[in-house]
Amino acid sequence: MDFSYSEEQQMLRDSVAKFIKQDYDFDTRSKILKSETGFSKENWKLFAELGWLMVPFKEEDGGLGGTAVDIVGLMEELGKGMVVEPFLPTVVLGGGLIAEAGSAEQKEVLLTSLMEGNLQLAFAFSEPQSRYNLADITTKAEKKSDNYTVSGHKAVVLNGNGADKIIVAVRTSGDQSDRDGISLLIVDGGSKGIKKQAFETVDGQQAAELTFNDVTVPATNLLGEEGKALPAIEKVIDQAALAVCAEAVGAMEVTYKKTVEYTKTRKQFGVPISKFQALQHRMAEMFMEHEQAKSIMLMAAMKCDSAGGVDPKSVSAAKSRIGKAARLVGQEAIQLHGGIGVTDELDVGHFFKRLTTIQFVFGSTDWHTQRFAGS
Amino acid sequence: MNVDFSEEELAFQKEARQFLEEKYPKHIQEKVRNGLHVEKEDWVEWQKILYEQGWAAVNWPVEYGGTGWTPTQKYIWSNECAKASALEVMAFGMKMVAPVIYTYGTEEQKQRFLPDILASNVWWCQGYSEPNAGSDLASLRTTAVRDGDEYVVNGTKTWTTLGHYADWIFCLVRTGGAEEKNQTAISFLLIDMNSPGISVSPIITLDGRREVNEVHFENVRVPADNLIGQEGRGWTYAKLLLTHERTNIARVATSKVRLERLKELASQTSNGGPALMDDPAFQLKVADLEIELLALEYTELRTLAAVSTGQAPGPESSILKIKGTEIYQALDELNVEIAGYYCLPFIKEQFEYGYEGDWIGPGNACNAAPYYFNDRKASIYGGSNEIQKNIICKAVLGL
Repeated sequence: MDFSYSEEQQMLRDSVAKFIKQDYDFDTRSKILKSETGFSKENWKLFAELGWLMVPFKEEDGGLGGTAVDIVGLMEELGKGMVVEPFLPTVVLGGGLIAEAGSAEQKEVLLTSLMEGNLQLAFAFSEPQSRYNLADITTKAEKKSDNYTVSGHKAVVLNGNGADKIIVAVRTSGDQSDRDGISLLIVDGGSKGIKKQAFETVDGQQAAELTFNDVTVPATNLLGEEGKALPAIEKVIDQAALAVCAEAVGAMEVTYKKTVEYTKTRKQFGVPISKFQALQHRMAEMFMEHEQAKSIMLMAAMKCDSAGGVDPKSVSAAKSRIGKAARLVGQEAIQLHGGIGVTDELDVGHFFKRLTTIQFVFGSTDWHTQRFAGS
Repeated sequence: MNVDFSEEELAFQKEARQFLEEKYPKHIQEKVRNGLHVEKEDWVEWQKILYEQGWAAVNWPVEYGGTGWTPTQKYIWSNECAKASALEVMAFGMKMVAPVIYTYGTEEQKQRFLPDILASNVWWCQGYSEPNAGSDLASLRTTAVRDGDEYVVNGTKTWTTLGHYADWIFCLVRTGGAEEKNQTAISFLLIDMNSPGISVSPIITLDGRREVNEVHFENVRVPADNLIGQEGRGWTYAKLLLTHERTNIARVATSKVRLERLKELASQTSNGGPALMDDPAFQLKVADLEIELLALEYTELRTLAAVSTGQAPGPESSILKIKGTEIYQALDELNVEIAGYYCLPFIKEQFEYGYEGDWIGPGNACNAAPYYFNDRKASIYGGSNEIQKNIICKAVLGL
């Protein structure tokens, strides 16, 4: 057992922290959000140069061979700046799937390009009816000679509009919620027959509803074995759940600290409101929630590393506990800020938004509590 | 950063397990496991065995007889102890006054007191709270007036846990003016409980037992040599002690074992239909508790790791106290729920060792409510949980 960060881990964290501090303040982020792409291509290049896009991938695939502890460290720091560049959909989800299920050639071509910053990905898995059931897939892919023909509706696909390639979870056989018969196809973002309804999410990310109408995909774009993709999907979604947990831990730290600072400057009844015990104890709760959240995040990351991949029960413990913490810290931050907390101009409200949405992606708080209880 | 045990750590785990299996007295184990009444002799007997092994003082510096264990070894040890239903070493001597003596005491005081604490030759109790000084501890009124080479002590201490067993008491006393409410007028004094003028009266708690007492001092003469450190600096020493006390009362390992036991019980209990443990509403309560405990376990491990790099347990230890006691109390409450109607019978003698009468209720169901009632103290003692939040606000958040 060892609870200290290695030198490399500390360097990575420092490097992200430095970027957030120097180049990603709230105003800069707001400008990026208003730009046409909704994220900064320069930043993306920088992420590639700094090696951040290489962190999770194995050394033999050209990556840095980062552990879950490395990834949560990185995500925690990104969370402190509410970074909107599509790290999660491209690196964690898309890259994660290719690393997990891809052939040597697919890894060689796609991961290299991804790590160089030249390939953006999206993972289209959820459907309007599926909620958190990853096996609930109606999007069909029928194989005829050398091609698959894909039809169906994928819901709220992060980076779905901007991605160069979209990895689509499709049903190649079986019934709607069968565990067998699910496959992954790598589809060019510009393929004929994809209808994209692009939108900005409530927390500043880019996403799209995707409708596939007889989209032709070469059979060579199959990722992994046909019909056997669900375990890889489950694993990568758990990795994503842990990643957003870490993001939430970073966001919570900033949120509670900003709240504490604000109450020291805001005066009512002739004194800083930080003097009121009714508020002080609520801030003590926010502090404790963040500490407990950070602890369980580290627990889950270390358990995943011990398991050599993911440890679903630990991920569920983390997602459940961090979901609760995120809710409390976010809501209390707004309450303690008062009216200014519900304005668009102040960063705290935006942290609240991100802390809210994290509770409902890759399995909600209750969903993970139930999975924990059942395992 | 990793959570796996090394070869050495696994070997230590095996050694600890084997030691507990061979040396922990079975009659004490039976008492603890079944929630029976534990006597003074049990604590003394067990600590003497630990002392022989050199494992009594887990956290003391090696020079005074500490184990020198790494945080991971301490973690392993506390988990193995909890699994074996081992009695926790009585805190008042080992975990409270001893750190104050080895940190602030004179060489002579160290020689005089530490060996007897370590070998469990002397039973200590704590003289902090007073009838009118609870959370506002600094307002204490027990006075110690210097008279030649002695102090003359007058006043009353309360909530003195197992004070009726004690040979010695460590006290916070007022050496400055009685009206003076500041923390420079308080001193830390060690007092022999056999001194003339001391009387101990019981306080019966909600479980019907005598665990705590009032200790009265009437012109008790205490040698000035028994003062720790400087006169008027007692509050500083007391704060160190309280920080140690707080980390010790997280009781993570014990709660883990209690939770496992609770799940077993809930699997064997039903409302006529499926087992309580399969009832979704109950299951979620247990899951929430288990997750909270898991988070706390790692918060404690992070704290221990920080301490091992030379940092004293800081104000962050308040979180261990708050969360640890909340979990402990939540476990008590779920046990009452599992007991159902059998939370009602109040049969103290049934939980004395060697009871031979007809047994009422499954297992120790009839002990669930008394435990629950008694443990409401947990969020009050050691600085109430609200005081802990004040500490976090002041010392961590700078409010």
